[in-house]
Amino acid sequence: MPTLTRVFVKTSLLYLLAGLLTGVILALRGWVRLPPLLTALAPVYFHLLMLGWIAQLIFGVVYWMFPKYSKEAPRGRAWLAWGVYGLLNIGLLLRAIAEPVQAVYGGGWGGALVISAVLQWLAGVGFVVNTWSRVKER
Amino acid sequence: MPRLSCWFVRMALIDLLVGFTLGALLLANKGLGRWPLLWRWLPAHIEFLVLGWTGQLILGVAFWILPRFGGSRGREGPAWLAFGLFNLGVLMAGLGPALGAPPWVMTGGRLAEVAGIAAFVWHAWPRIKPIAA
Repeated sequence: MPTLTRVFVKTSLLYLLAGLLTGVILALRGWVRLPPLLTALAPVYFHLLMLGWIAQLIFGVVYWMFPKYSKEAPRGRAWLAWGVYGLLNIGLLLRAIAEPVQAVYGGGWGGALVISAVLQWLAGVGFVVNTWSRVKER
Repeated sequence: MPRLSCWFVRMALIDLLVGFTLGALLLANKGLGRWPLLWRWLPAHIEFLVLGWTGQLILGVAFWILPRFGGSRGREGPAWLAFGLFNLGVLMAGLGPALGAPPWVMTGGRLAEVAGIAAFVWHAWPRIKPIAA
């Protein structure tokens, strides 16, 4: 298993824990009065699981298991794949902070959401670019 | 990777791009608060990423790696049918509400998705068995 795959998979498992923990916090709403910042975590909960865990796990396994790009560069452009990892995680962590803060306080956190959106979008584009040419018949 | 898996995976990657683009627009709009009508695309964002990307990638990889017997993947026709129906369903159920289509478009899309998965199950069922069977 390549280093980047291990990093993707281990990070995805941390997001799984974080996502489930967020779910526990949200479930407390029914019987404990929570601060507004915590009750605003619902979109973060979904994205920690769907993007941080599932998509990231898929990205790592695809990088590892898909047909080789070439003999010289079997997994395509490694720098691009590492870039995807960085963009995805910086974007997602920024979102996890900025989204509830923006929902409760508004104001200057909107810009952080825009930056987060751009980072996550670039991660998706980078993954598709690096993976597309590895999807081939044998 | 067999030809049908290539089609499934490439369509999944296209759906990933569409879903990520919609998601980025929705998140940026949450920060900017300028285009309230953009929220109509939230169901499409979910449809393209949950079914079009994740679900379809799983179908493509399953067709590729499920056990083969005597070198054959069995009846491929139902799996091709699944590819067509599933993608038609994702398009109809994803785009219908956002484009203001009549309700039957959404319902038809969901039915196409179910029929697509049923066709895939028809293909894959005999491949799920012990090696010695």
